[in-house]
Amino acid sequence: MTGNLFYFLTFITLFAALGVVFSKNPVYSVLCLILTFFSLSGHYILLNAQFVAAVNIIVYAGAIMVLFLFVIMFLNLNQDTEQTQHKSTLMKVAGVISGGLLLVIMIAVLKDAELGTVDTANFDSQIGMVENLGQLLFTKYLLPFELVSVLFLSAMVGAVMLGKKESQQRHF
Amino acid sequence: MNEIPEVIRTIPLHYYLFFSSTLFVIGIIGVLTRRNAIIIFMCIELMLNAVNLLLTAFSAYRSDANGQVFVFFIMAVAAAEVCVGLAIIVMIYRNLRTTDINILSNLKW
Repeated sequence: MTGNLFYFLTFITLFAALGVVFSKNPVYSVLCLILTFFSLSGHYILLNAQFVAAVNIIVYAGAIMVLFLFVIMFLNLNQDTEQTQHKSTLMKVAGVISGGLLLVIMIAVLKDAELGTVDTANFDSQIGMVENLGQLLFTKYLLPFELVSVLFLSAMVGAVMLGKKESQQRHF
Repeated sequence: MNEIPEVIRTIPLHYYLFFSSTLFVIGIIGVLTRRNAIIIFMCIELMLNAVNLLLTAFSAYRSDANGQVFVFFIMAVAAAEVCVGLAIIVMIYRNLRTTDINILSNLKW
């Protein structure tokens, strides 16, 4: 049962990721990316990592994707603007071939990798819960956690500075 | 309460390795073939998510919580990066009226 669920979610994720790359309309790309993030959250729940699954839905599928969709609507990108862009078939073929070669090499290398087995004696299934991760985050990783808040503040100030309209600039 | 989740017992860790490598390569193909700056940005998000999935899988299989804390930090940095990156793209669009990266060749020698 869980095995079938794993294959189903994997199929959905890869199919939606291909949809991001190959769909003509940028809005459909964003919608495919949202589907990818939701199926990845399903994977996290299967792995018993509830905290990561919840944060993935809230941060990625919620906040970041709304920002992407908003910018695409704001810039009025659609299929027509996409078709007027300069594209060469040679570049596409070269990109797909080099990506495929990288995949073949990675699989050939990782196929024989020694990954170790699950330690059944000391296994703790509760490590992905909010309680356990919060404990770790506020003790061992407290300094990086505080630094992330400084990063967010500087990113916010930077985005406002970049977005501010200068006096001689054109209006929309 | 402390039993091993079924997916960890039935699915080998290699499958997660292959799955996240495929997702990463799809992101790379997107960066190499698409010409729209926003779509390239979305493909970078795909690559970050492939790494997140692999970190979570390793952390769950090894029963070690540090990997999942790292996933949290990767997500936080990705959110800040998207915020600034989209502001830059909007600014470029204001000046050039396009997000086509073939036209954004001002830094070319």
